[in-house]
Amino acid sequence: MWFTSGFAHGVHPPESKELTAQLPIRRMAYPKEIVLPLRQHAGKPATLCVKVGDRVERGDKVGEADGYISVPIHSSAAGKVVDVDWWPHPDGTMAMAVRILVDPYAPQIPRPRMVPHWEGLSVDEVVQAVQDAGVVGLGGAGFPTHVKLAPPKDFPIHTLIINGAECEPYLTSDHRTMAEYPKRVHFGIRVMMQTLGVSKAVIGVERNKPDAIEALTRTIPTDLDITILPLTVKYPQGAEKMLIHAVTGHEVASGKLPVSAGVVVQNVGSAAAIAEVFETGLPLIERIVTVTGHGLTRPANLIVPVGTKLRDLLDQCGGLTADAAQVIAGGPMMGLAQANLDAPITKGTTGIVVLARQETRTERVYPCIHCGRCLDACPVFLNPSLLGDLARVGRYDEMTDAHLSDCMLCGSCSYVCPSNIPLSQLFQVSKAGLRRAQASAP
Amino acid sequence: MVLDAILILGGVGLAFGILIALANANLTVWEDPRIGVVTSILPGANCGACGLPGCRSFAEAAVAGTIQVSQCSVATEASRDQIAGYLGVDAGVAVKRVARLLCAGGTDVAIQRAEYRGVATCGAAAAVAGGGKGCTWGCLGLADCERSCDFGAIHMNAHGIPVVDPVACTACGDCVEACPKTLFTILPVDQPLLVQCKNLMVGDDILSQCEVACTACGKCVQDAEPGLISIASGVAVVNQELAALADARAVARCPTNAIVWLSGAQFTRAPVSEAA
Repeated sequence: MWFTSGFAHGVHPPESKELTAQLPIRRMAYPKEIVLPLRQHAGKPATLCVKVGDRVERGDKVGEADGYISVPIHSSAAGKVVDVDWWPHPDGTMAMAVRILVDPYAPQIPRPRMVPHWEGLSVDEVVQAVQDAGVVGLGGAGFPTHVKLAPPKDFPIHTLIINGAECEPYLTSDHRTMAEYPKRVHFGIRVMMQTLGVSKAVIGVERNKPDAIEALTRTIPTDLDITILPLTVKYPQGAEKMLIHAVTGHEVASGKLPVSAGVVVQNVGSAAAIAEVFETGLPLIERIVTVTGHGLTRPANLIVPVGTKLRDLLDQCGGLTADAAQVIAGGPMMGLAQANLDAPITKGTTGIVVLARQETRTERVYPCIHCGRCLDACPVFLNPSLLGDLARVGRYDEMTDAHLSDCMLCGSCSYVCPSNIPLSQLFQVSKAGLRRAQASAP
Repeated sequence: MVLDAILILGGVGLAFGILIALANANLTVWEDPRIGVVTSILPGANCGACGLPGCRSFAEAAVAGTIQVSQCSVATEASRDQIAGYLGVDAGVAVKRVARLLCAGGTDVAIQRAEYRGVATCGAAAAVAGGGKGCTWGCLGLADCERSCDFGAIHMNAHGIPVVDPVACTACGDCVEACPKTLFTILPVDQPLLVQCKNLMVGDDILSQCEVACTACGKCVQDAEPGLISIASGVAVVNQELAALADARAVARCPTNAIVWLSGAQFTRAPVSEAA
């Protein structure tokens, strides 16, 4: 099956995973204060349900889900609500957030179950429980997981694909999850398989994580049809459509969702999160974050309460080194450079990468020499060179005709461009411009 | 041989010529000749300020009488009168309107939290961590509006704030669309009361980011005529329907000068090109 375990094109950035790949997951100490933005997921932001001065326990709701494509937000620590105001969000904007002063004397211990036991629940009840627990895709985009567990009835699903590729350089949180908690991953898969009513699951893992593959293979439950598929090490192997291609050998058509190919893709972290929710009875209030980079004193894989400020997290890792230059939330390929260390860790933050000065480059941008390397790199077979030219002059309509909507902003084109043209950023701007044009169109 | 070619080609040409002449005589669509005349007098900027796609559409509407000639904010007074005289209509009263910037946070008063390196446009900076400016609602100073202006009415000043020349500005609205933070608004030039801030935070927290931000303290609301100014989502808002009631008292007690009483141009600081 070697020929189906990868995809054409893509790039090979230096992995730099050795900084944290063998460090066991540790729990970080509670910070003095946590900040919970009401918008931590795709879809509608949660609606506030606490007020200033309220005492909240660990796991209490601070925001209610607003509609179906939304999830509630829970407090990750016991403490007191001190403020509800605009606060820097890791996506670079300001967002409404609940600030909680953590009670230093609270035991922060598990409470009576808030989520029912999984055994005996009907499909709808499981989906509802997953929504109530605030579980979202932990791979970065933060799409509410329960929506993907209840696909439209007219699309029969035959396979559940678990995304353990973790193709972004530096990040190792999924790697450590698979290596240390393989049984939890399998339990999460069991819940998802029963809810989706599928009999087959495939875990795609890049070949650079042999210990994770070994741990998962050793612990496969005998009554489930779970396959571990080692994947070619290549960026962006973990992109949804690339992974589906690697697993099934089929491409998902342009503009179509994975359900049209009969598959549902879930992040391995989400599988572990669902398992943890049903095991402990607590909602999703903490996640595993890789804190790494050559600009950081002590890289680590940490269990971090959601809402921890980047400042506190970096302090726990020994702080920044003298030549630290850039703090990125997410991986270096698709993550976002942070302008404010007061921004909190959200449910979708996979890692924090601190780049040293020599790793960040601001080289001069030269004109396109039409070498075609971006065409060879683009995993969805677009023409980034042409799109870049159109983006520069704002011809967004023509970019739509050139399939801009298929671009997932993976950054492969920017990575290989010998002229240092920031193609991916241009496409991001174009997509925003198109959205604005469509919103203002009559 | 040569004669054949001349005869054949000449004959074909003649035949098609006759065909075109016949078609012209029988298939002509009559058009009001005044449309062409009015179009030729109009400035030809095709800017869209009147709300129509271009100058020819405006001419058609003016001839049909569905739009007042004064709605063209680009044409000079003289050419408006000329069109009105030619069409035999009243030009109407033109209220001169200009683009106003709802931010005064130049680099002298507002802090920059992070250094932005990347494509040097506001749109691109806004897509990356909001552009690195302390206040994420404020002007990024990378001149998307200056580039969008067809009339050369916008120039960035030394503090990275666009200065709109009220004489050259035709209120076409291109800058309103260009600004990713939607900081421009089109207002009558004789409306002097303006709140130059769009930050949504309430209280003095924002002052650590920008000295001239609106803190929503409400002093201007008390000092102005009742109903003229209100506080909506953390920023003072002037009710434009009551704009005639405005007077300079409203700005007197503003602790941050976020609300201003304008005369002419919004920012008096010289543009970079002239200051240098």
